[in-house]
Amino acid sequence: MAGHSTFEPQNPVIRWIDSRLPIFGLVHSSFIVFPNPRNLNYWWTFGGILAFMLVAQIVTGVVLVMHYTPHTSLAFNSVEHIMRDVNYGWMIRYLHANGASMFFIAVYVHIFRGLYYGSYKAPREVLWILGMIIYLLMMATGFMGYVLPWGQMSFWGATVITSLFSAIPLVGEPVTTWLWGGFAVDNPTLNRFFSLHYLLPFMIAGVVVLHVWALHVPGSNNPTGVSVKAKQDTLPFHPYFTVKDALGLVLFLMFYMWFVFYLPNYLGHPDNYTPADPLVTPAHIVPEWYYLPFYAILRSIPSKLGGVIAMFGAIGVLFLVPWLDTSKVRSAAYRPLYRQFFWILVLVSIGLGYLGSRPAEGGYVIASRILTLYYFAHFLVILPLLGLFERPKPQPASITEAVLGKGGAPVTAGAPAAPQTKG
Amino acid sequence: MATSDLAEPTRRDFLYIATGAVGAVGVAAAVWPFINQMNPDASALALSTVEVDIGSIAPGASIKVMWRGKPVFIRNRTPEEIQSAAGVPVAELPDPDARNANHPGADASDANRAAAGKENWLIMVGVCTHLGCIPLGEQGEFGGWFCPCHGSVYDTAGRIRRGPAPENMHVPVYSFLTDTRIRIG
Amino acid sequence: MKKLTLAAGLALALSAAVPFAFAQEEGGAAHAEGGGEHATAHYPIRKPEPQDWSFAGIFGKYDIGQLQRGYQVYKEVCANCHSMHLVAFRNLAEEGGPGFTAAQVKALAATYTVQDGPDDNGDMFERPALPSDRFPSPYPNAQAAAASNNGKAPPDLSLMAKGRAVERGFPWFLIDIVTQYQEGGPDYIHALLTGYQDPPEGVTVPPGTHYNPYFLAGAALAMPPPLADGQVTYSDGSPETVDQYARDVSAFLMWTAEPHLEARKRIGFQVLIFLGVFAALLYLTKRKIWSNIAH
Repeated sequence: MAGHSTFEPQNPVIRWIDSRLPIFGLVHSSFIVFPNPRNLNYWWTFGGILAFMLVAQIVTGVVLVMHYTPHTSLAFNSVEHIMRDVNYGWMIRYLHANGASMFFIAVYVHIFRGLYYGSYKAPREVLWILGMIIYLLMMATGFMGYVLPWGQMSFWGATVITSLFSAIPLVGEPVTTWLWGGFAVDNPTLNRFFSLHYLLPFMIAGVVVLHVWALHVPGSNNPTGVSVKAKQDTLPFHPYFTVKDALGLVLFLMFYMWFVFYLPNYLGHPDNYTPADPLVTPAHIVPEWYYLPFYAILRSIPSKLGGVIAMFGAIGVLFLVPWLDTSKVRSAAYRPLYRQFFWILVLVSIGLGYLGSRPAEGGYVIASRILTLYYFAHFLVILPLLGLFERPKPQPASITEAVLGKGGAPVTAGAPAAPQTKG
Repeated sequence: MATSDLAEPTRRDFLYIATGAVGAVGVAAAVWPFINQMNPDASALALSTVEVDIGSIAPGASIKVMWRGKPVFIRNRTPEEIQSAAGVPVAELPDPDARNANHPGADASDANRAAAGKENWLIMVGVCTHLGCIPLGEQGEFGGWFCPCHGSVYDTAGRIRRGPAPENMHVPVYSFLTDTRIRIG
Repeated sequence: MKKLTLAAGLALALSAAVPFAFAQEEGGAAHAEGGGEHATAHYPIRKPEPQDWSFAGIFGKYDIGQLQRGYQVYKEVCANCHSMHLVAFRNLAEEGGPGFTAAQVKALAATYTVQDGPDDNGDMFERPALPSDRFPSPYPNAQAAAASNNGKAPPDLSLMAKGRAVERGFPWFLIDIVTQYQEGGPDYIHALLTGYQDPPEGVTVPPGTHYNPYFLAGAALAMPPPLADGQVTYSDGSPETVDQYARDVSAFLMWTAEPHLEARKRIGFQVLIFLGVFAALLYLTKRKIWSNIAH
């Protein structure tokens, strides 16, 4: 896609560097003049929010490692040392712990936004899959990070999740022992989780680069789902979307800071303020909230292997969405039936999350089964069939038409775009 | 943004500048905790005083105690050692400053280096002012300390006399709680 | 059309699941209270009543007098069995705490002896505690603590106020986000300490345990009622009742668990005000930049 202008640096030093390493030109074309659909709404600011959260987690994490000790006998107390003695240590740790939750809130919004507006459809399938890889890496990173404070939930969460692998036929036992580096979760496990928890965010950053690269080939999708057809459909990234993203980010930060400063332990679990004890399991083991829907799916299947397969299948099915959705229309705005099923999926996911936090007994189990069934049916049955039976509403011819037609103004394709002169 | 909104340019410019300035202030404020976290923490600062019983140190003997992760030399000097240090004119010293945190800015006379009124006691941080090695005691041509790393030689008042070290060994803040008990820091 | 019906049905099922789940919970509690014949009774039998705490709310601050009284209760009662190994004497003089002076803390620490060493002869020795020392534990190790307490070591109290809380349940867990309720720990401790009572008729508790409907993990716990009216003598004229003792020591335990609470809330307020102003400016800037642009 052609940019709004070409990069001609005035500064001789920048020109000298850029003719040898065109990094300024790359930034200029990717984040200054990059053409974005003019009709992006605030749900599209979550990409920038996620980039910010990744950097924030890496920065606070690197700082925490300066004070943390990965050893079973010292880890818990070193975290408390951070909380009590290190200058602003409590703030940095609460930023990091709550930052993980905020990262997941933002990623769930981002994923559901993609599902609603059909952002996974051609030509953005690779973009979608890269995003799913990032999500998987985030789950692994978040899980291993939760183990590090070495409280009761850390220890028993690690035990339960690593034991999932013992469900693998034939090699389950040796694989689990290999993961542990012993016969139970112990110091070797903590050490390797620490190492990987430090490594994975940088792998995420690498995949994020690919994700942004893959985004910048076709450009962003937009609320109409109609592809960009002409220059007047777009606006340069700067200043239009930098300022919009900045506003979205600051509003998100207010939400984040509300938790950091006023509800710092709301998203955690009290049991993690008790040091790990391999002899006592807490009455109620629950993972962090962002895994709860998958945890509910795991527990809804009355078979060890079946539960593990269902759980990983629940994530795996998301990878296949670009091919399971047979509709040619991207945006749910023009898909009256899909739009309803989308919101049901949102409710079902929230319902699964709630059930994942409940004890696995009685009515909770039955409800989990129904919702699990529906979750899979949505992707494997409803999505493919909808494309065949649904009659989409008429789509606008172009983004510009959609934008200008909205306010009752005469719909003229390629209407004189006042903003272009401002760019 | 090459154009201007001619109707009210000042208000628009002010808005942009204000927003940018507030953002810059926010970033600067957010950076501070991340810098300050590397400073000594509350538990390290709490240990920054130590009390030492010096009653059992015989003349001519010395002990090393840890203070803030560094050795502090406490030496009960003999009259000869005091004499040899006191006999050197301050003008001949490479570093004419006492480097005594109890007498900031005083000259490097022996009296200003030793404990006030108890000049047999020499209490100083046992770290060579060159690059941080720990000098060896009762060595070197001045009978004081000798740093094996790069050959700095100190006299019996812990003053640099020869070699690459720029300053006399530092005297920390200390006080005598009783005749036999001191508090460093 | 069929799918619509299916969707509506499922949505109905989902909305039905929540109240059903709720009923389950209530039923469990009722069963436990009725004698615990239900196999998986839900504890605690009774939820703690939320108390008024000076440190609640966005401008919350510890009540210095209360922290000092709480420390006194901890020192004279709790510390006989419970350790508090994450808290140092120096913390008592730190900002946002019980407000002791450095000299008071030094004198206080000196009344304790701690083991140090080895000395130059390789022997461990005892010395008066310094402000930088942590609170000494009543038992040398967990095994000794367990051996002296019917086989179960009394838990460390440093983080008790963050390490215990009763689940609030729907819809409270949503309301709590807005009201920023974070006092589940002290509420629980207060309820537990004041909640000892005779078991209801027909309920027998295992020997060596004491019935308490507020206990998180069962109907009875090993700790005997630790407080009695008049047990601790206050010098500031506060009532010498179990309720007051429990309230004060709960506040004190909140401070030991979260010593930087005051700074946290103060900085948090500044941060949110700042972000609010910044967001307003960004909104105006955004509106200006996007003016005349249909989108």
